[in-house]
Amino acid sequence: MTVREVAVEAYRETLPALVASLIGGLLAGVVLGGMRAELRAVPGLLVLVPALLATRGNVYGSLGARIATALHQGLIEPRLSEADRRLAAAAAAALANGILASCFAAVAVFAVLSTIGSPVAPLATLVGVALVAGILSGSALTAVVVSVVFAGYRKGHNPDTLVGPVVTTTGDVFGVLFLLAAVRIVLALGGGG
Amino acid sequence: MPTEWTVRAITRAMLPVLLVLTLIELFSGLVLGGFEDTLLRSPSLLVLVPVTIGTAGNLGSVLAARLSTSFHLGTLSFSPRDDELVGNALATVLLALSVFPVIGLGAWLLTDLVGATRLGVTTVFVVAVTAGAVLALLAVLVTLAATFAAYRFGLDPDDVVIPVVTNVCDVLGVLVLLGVVRLFVS
Repeated sequence: MTVREVAVEAYRETLPALVASLIGGLLAGVVLGGMRAELRAVPGLLVLVPALLATRGNVYGSLGARIATALHQGLIEPRLSEADRRLAAAAAAALANGILASCFAAVAVFAVLSTIGSPVAPLATLVGVALVAGILSGSALTAVVVSVVFAGYRKGHNPDTLVGPVVTTTGDVFGVLFLLAAVRIVLALGGGG
Repeated sequence: MPTEWTVRAITRAMLPVLLVLTLIELFSGLVLGGFEDTLLRSPSLLVLVPVTIGTAGNLGSVLAARLSTSFHLGTLSFSPRDDELVGNALATVLLALSVFPVIGLGAWLLTDLVGATRLGVTTVFVVAVTAGAVLALLAVLVTLAATFAAYRFGLDPDDVVIPVVTNVCDVLGVLVLLGVVRLFVS
């Protein structure tokens, strides 16, 4: 293929996924822009945002890729009623790793900001927010990834090309939405900075 | 060899990489934290943050995935005259030049709809497009370097290159966005 053909093919194949994640990213941005009061109330929260969003993408992207490969290989059936122990284990592992990495990020943010003398919310507040956000967004993303990949596969779509856009789009939106919910819950429980 | 489907086996394969990637992302968080005042004062810039990070990461990961596949098929050579390489790199830059203008306008429009704009539409547009153009070039360089390194060290690019490129591009997304903000927003 010539350079032009390669470029045109790559452009055409990538644009839809990029546009889908653009919409998700903008919506996530609007929610983030609307939670300035919470960001001010919990110093260090903004520092935590990229790590939390990336964790969603890394963990649930990997879960989706794993399910897509297993569907291709005929290891699992694309029906929730026939979901076996292995699918449950993969989902539980994703949830556990996502929550662990979120809490690790919260501890790391607290440690770094306290060391350099920046204002930072109490450790319990940051970990609490990371934990609640990890549980809520993790449960929602597991449900979305499994059901979209299964439904897409049953309709004859290639699950490999579905996973990326689904995870990047919903990962950002759910990541920020449930972060906002988590901050409000933790602040309401009296964990203010 | 595929990982066995148990919580323990998946965690063993995933967690170490995940924690390292989390630390990489902490850098972009600290940079964001350094600009907290500017971002909290100008919501349209805050709106740009997730979408810029996401798009930069996607541009890198798509290029990395395409190069990995060519690499596995044996059709890729690391030469500035390689058609696969040049075509895919060109597509990355063209994609960035197509989506970042939409991102700039979209971010301003959405912020305006919720009634929180402070910056003019031109400023937000120029910030998004400049950041996008710089990020596309950086994404190409990072992906080429990572794919070449994987090739030299005999690693499977699917395992290593995609997560590394995605997360490094995330960090670059924040750095470039805030660098451009400094340039255009007083």
